[in-house]
Amino acid sequence: MRPLRRHSAHPPQPAPARPDETFTVTFDGRRLPALSGQTVAAVLWAAGVTAWRDTRGAGRPRGVFCGIGVCFDCLVTVDGRPNQRACLVPVRPGDAIRTQPGTGWADARPQDAGADHE
Amino acid sequence: MSEQPSLAVVGAGPAGLAAALAAAGRGVRVTLVDAGDRAGGQFYRQPAPALAARPPQAPHHQGRTWKRLRDGLGRHRAAGRIVHLADHHVWCVAREEATGTFTVHSLLGPAQEEGGTVRADAVLLATGGYERVLPFPGWTLPGVVTAGGAQAMLKGALALPGRTAVIAGTGPLLLPVATALAAAGARVAALVESAGPAALLRRAPALVTQPGKLAEGAGYAVRLLRHGVRTLTRHTVVEAHGTDRLEAVTVSALDRDGRPRPGSARRIPCDTLAVGHGMLPHTDLAETLGCTLAGTAVRVDDEQRTDVPGVWAAGETTGVGGAALALAEGHIAGRSAAARLYGRAPDPRHWAPAARARTRLRAFATALDAVYVPPAGWADAVTDDTVVCRCEEVDAGEVREAVDVLGAGDLRTVKLLTRAGMGWCQGRMCAAGVAGLAGCPLTAGRRPFARPVPLGVLAALAGTEGEPGTE
Ligand SMILES: Cc1cc2nc3c(=O)[nH]c(=O)nc-3n(C[C@H](O)[C@H](O)[C@H](O)COP(=O)(O)OP(=O)(O)OC[C@H]3O[C@@H](n4cnc5c(N)ncnc54)[C@H](O)[C@@H]3O)c2cc1C
Ligand code: FES
Repeated sequence: MRPLRRHSAHPPQPAPARPDETFTVTFDGRRLPALSGQTVAAVLWAAGVTAWRDTRGAGRPRGVFCGIGVCFDCLVTVDGRPNQRACLVPVRPGDAIRTQPGTGWADARPQDAGADHE
Repeated sequence: MSEQPSLAVVGAGPAGLAAALAAAGRGVRVTLVDAGDRAGGQFYRQPAPALAARPPQAPHHQGRTWKRLRDGLGRHRAAGRIVHLADHHVWCVAREEATGTFTVHSLLGPAQEEGGTVRADAVLLATGGYERVLPFPGWTLPGVVTAGGAQAMLKGALALPGRTAVIAGTGPLLLPVATALAAAGARVAALVESAGPAALLRRAPALVTQPGKLAEGAGYAVRLLRHGVRTLTRHTVVEAHGTDRLEAVTVSALDRDGRPRPGSARRIPCDTLAVGHGMLPHTDLAETLGCTLAGTAVRVDDEQRTDVPGVWAAGETTGVGGAALALAEGHIAGRSAAARLYGRAPDPRHWAPAARARTRLRAFATALDAVYVPPAGWADAVTDDTVVCRCEEVDAGEVREAVDVLGAGDLRTVKLLTRAGMGWCQGRMCAAGVAGLAGCPLTAGRRPFARPVPLGVLAALAGTEGEPGTE
């Protein structure tokens, strides 16, 4: 699998008025700042990351497309749980977010691997 | 039926909120079931409270309506007349033939690994819609997002995808999205609309019935000018460029037949492309219940009733027409449901203003639909190696082969032959594109469930069959 490195210059972010709480999460081991109430996708976008998955077939990078939970393009692994929609899932302090190769099950925690979706 | 009848409203956008308030105000116990973590739907999407932001630049009248809905919801909730179940993704609504009552099945939280059920005497579907995006070379590159998606991320998460954006496609949504991105600090390099001013002028008589709406559009146009946004009408994005991320788009003028005019192509560097070609209604829950559709929307009568007893529908799910139409339909649906649940025939005179607004806004939406059509030649511009089904990675060449070589003549056959539409999104993102490439009509999906359901949830349900319901 190709290394996943697609970080660009940080985009401007609209003034987030007064966040109640700021904390850190990691993305592939790199520490990123997060605000409570943000989705995983918003945290990644704010850090200039726009892709966090490789497709099963051609291994192409993907990130947010529909932004409202319909397209499933933004699937990501959060704390060992694969196939989470980054545009819906809120971040929690200490979350370990990882790029997801293929179906996401290869590096899932064993106890989750039974709950397949179809 | 219990003494006080109950209504489950699915969807807490403008339609669902208006319906819930109307029904709760008339003695109905309402459960408002919504996938979002906060009420508001797409139009009134609110940022997370912890982000503690001012609401995005909404014109004043929209702010007032939202305040009225939000305060009304708060009052009814405090009085126990409305229960709001946030973070509940409904995957199926079932009707008990014997009793004519309903069970609403949902998955909880964004993780969606646990199930929940709500029982009700009637249901009102207000699930809104999603964006139609037609494929073009490069549309799967990270940095290419739907126009509504860019708007949703901005409104709900105060996040921007990049620094330099192009907004493209067709439809009334492009203007507010371009304005919002510019106001939030992105450089909007161009707004690329495939419809032309001539098409708008041809529809002028139908459009001027809604001076407020036109003024709204003009207001956006003025704000775009102020932000220095270049607007290209009768233009289209023919390709998005980049290797692992969007770097630029090629834009072409359209000729009279809706095809890119040779020699007119120009390249615009950008890291974000927000693209959309209009909206499609969510109809899965209605389809599973057996409601008849009209085209791609749920068919309703003057009271917003579907043809399945006890099932109402309102808002974009019955046809796309904007937030004001969704509000009017929701109000009528809620009042009708309340009367019918108490065994009375409602008097339509009581909702005459809403009915008038509905007539006007539907005519306006029809006129807009005729203006904002994707360019006629869009499918020809899709190269064979362009991925069409994003989930299953089926390209245009495979779809064409299924049609030209294997003789597929409808969406279902194309799907069986190519797997286009069989992935996670169940064809929501590709059906319009596949239908266009295959030259067959866009038919509703016939999905078994509105959401992918974990096997564990189905198994747990089978285990409790016949037991009294959990509420
Ligand atoms: C992404 C997006 C962004 C948009 N942005 C704008 C904009 O900025 N300006 C504008 O004028 N118009 C916008 N629109 C158009 C807008 O949707 C409508 O004008 C208006 O919101 C329609 O109201 P509604 O109540 O019918 O549906 P919505 O507002 O879409 O509300 C539907 C609600 O139902 C919920 N829902 C859907 N399916 C389920 C399910 N299975 N289970 C549980 N809940 C469910 C959704 O989460 C949502 O809260 C946007 C549309 C989309 C798709
Ligand atoms: S971006 Fe479409 S599901 Fe998250």
